[in-house]
Amino acid sequence: MAADLSLPLVAERSFWSTQRIIGVALLAAIVAFAFVTPFVFDGSPTRQSLRNVLGAPTVLEPLGYDHLGRSMLARMSAALRLSLGLAFLSVITAAVPGIALGILAAWKGGWTDRLISLVADAFLALPGLLLVLMFIAIVQDAPWALYVGISLVLWIEYFRLTRSITRALVLSPAVQASQLLGFGPLYIVRRHIWPEIAPLVLTVGAFGAASAIAAIAALSFVSVGVRPPTPELGLMMTELLPYYHEAPHALLQPVVAVFLLILSLNLIAGSNSR
Amino acid sequence: MSNHFIPPVVRTVILPRLAQAVMVALLVGVLTFILVRSLPGDMAYRIAAGRYGYDMVDTAAADAVRRELGLEQPALTALGSWLWDILRLDFGNSLISGAPVIKEIVHQFGATVELSLAAVLLSLLIGPPLGVLAGLRPGGWLDRVLLVVSSGLRSLPAFVLGLLLIILLAREFGWFPAAGHGSASNLALPALTLALGLAAVSARVARDAMLGVAQSPYYAFGRTKGLSERQVFARHGMRNVAVPIVTYLGVQFVYLIEGVVVVESLFAWPGIGHALVHAIFARDVPMIQGTALVMGLMFVVLNTGVDLACRWLDPRVARA
Repeated sequence: MAADLSLPLVAERSFWSTQRIIGVALLAAIVAFAFVTPFVFDGSPTRQSLRNVLGAPTVLEPLGYDHLGRSMLARMSAALRLSLGLAFLSVITAAVPGIALGILAAWKGGWTDRLISLVADAFLALPGLLLVLMFIAIVQDAPWALYVGISLVLWIEYFRLTRSITRALVLSPAVQASQLLGFGPLYIVRRHIWPEIAPLVLTVGAFGAASAIAAIAALSFVSVGVRPPTPELGLMMTELLPYYHEAPHALLQPVVAVFLLILSLNLIAGSNSR
Repeated sequence: MSNHFIPPVVRTVILPRLAQAVMVALLVGVLTFILVRSLPGDMAYRIAAGRYGYDMVDTAAADAVRRELGLEQPALTALGSWLWDILRLDFGNSLISGAPVIKEIVHQFGATVELSLAAVLLSLLIGPPLGVLAGLRPGGWLDRVLLVVSSGLRSLPAFVLGLLLIILLAREFGWFPAAGHGSASNLALPALTLALGLAAVSARVARDAMLGVAQSPYYAFGRTKGLSERQVFARHGMRNVAVPIVTYLGVQFVYLIEGVVVVESLFAWPGIGHALVHAIFARDVPMIQGTALVMGLMFVVLNTGVDLACRWLDPRVARA
């Protein structure tokens, strides 16, 4: 595996780069749109008004209507809530065991390390999307299939990162001194290991969220992810593509949304990472 | 185990990759085994229906299948024989078309290889040359434009990029057909979709590598001793820049394989990825197994190629 993680030293560059601030602002705007809209705007993502099929944006309906006369505003905000929520959940679900196992493997070494690393390598042998696809095939039609599948892919990056950092730290004089002074593992993790890992958790998390959002959209786009009539960004693209000629604004909305979401997360993740 | 008789290439490249290939087969095998076990209904009837057609299935046929495949044996033994079948590349017949899976896959594999090769070659023509030019003048206009364009492209998943290309190049300008397979023009859009995604990253890698090389003492010395820009790049730059690009290609194959699955479906390209998505949609287990395995093995083979190319480009790796 060629992914050579050259670790930037903590505080080598300031945590809040301009780029990251722009990314956070963009993400905050998207989150606000997704979660505030239902309170301000009274509309259901599935209610049809057939007179307005593919209708252009108006004052009352600022994003127009889709091919079944449903409010695009309600659907876009619902789709964004789904993507954001699912991505956030997957990242958290992947981060906690990933980091814990990484510390455990590096700390214990020996067979524990070998066993966990073997499992991680097995998951890495297949590209992530294939793994999620196979997982969806097993638990088809279960809404949590996407979530579990994506988390199963994302935890590996956390594990590998945490393990490589912790391995170096466990042997460091600082940790040895703490151990000699009789401090327990919990203290050492909190005092020595976590501060080194924490700044990178955000980077890996932002990347993980970006790839989760891309995967959800891609799988729904090829009709193996979320099912209609659930509003989902990739699925909306599939549904609206045939009507591009009549209503280009409708198709472009989910396209722009996916782009801005992933862009904001990439900006938060930082420039060091490709 | 003594390492004396094993050539280093085998030890450091071939054996780990072989282990990875076995891992892929195990993973696909176990996952599809769980899939079959979790399907509702009696598996023997299902397989019998796949073999003889739905009209010909009766209890006798199902019992025959059950006896022959040993379906009533405990799960662990069943898993063993399941994996053994995969090892012999015996995937059985597609539940949908009835044709042997291996025959269908061979056909689709050609289309996928065609698309992937075109995409990788195109990306290497676009990305690294632009990246090298940008790296030679860091902060110049090309460098800045390239940064913005590649950040933008990286924020577009492959299928969204393909969608935009269809809208722009097929619908608005009418340069290429949006879907289909057969003539060279059909290859243009799917290959370009994947190539742009790959090039967005390889251009940045090439740019950083070129910047590093151009600032190195040996590059400065090459210039000082009177070599022209062209000579110093050909003698001292090219190979050193190529190493990280090729190394990173290995990471990019994840994008390629994932992209192939989605982009083939988008452009109705009759390849393995398209077949995999269809098989999952139809729960055609033998096809899922065959296509996923081939995609996974393709990933391993491509990575082996990258490892070997890295050793050839940078012999220091081999000596270390």
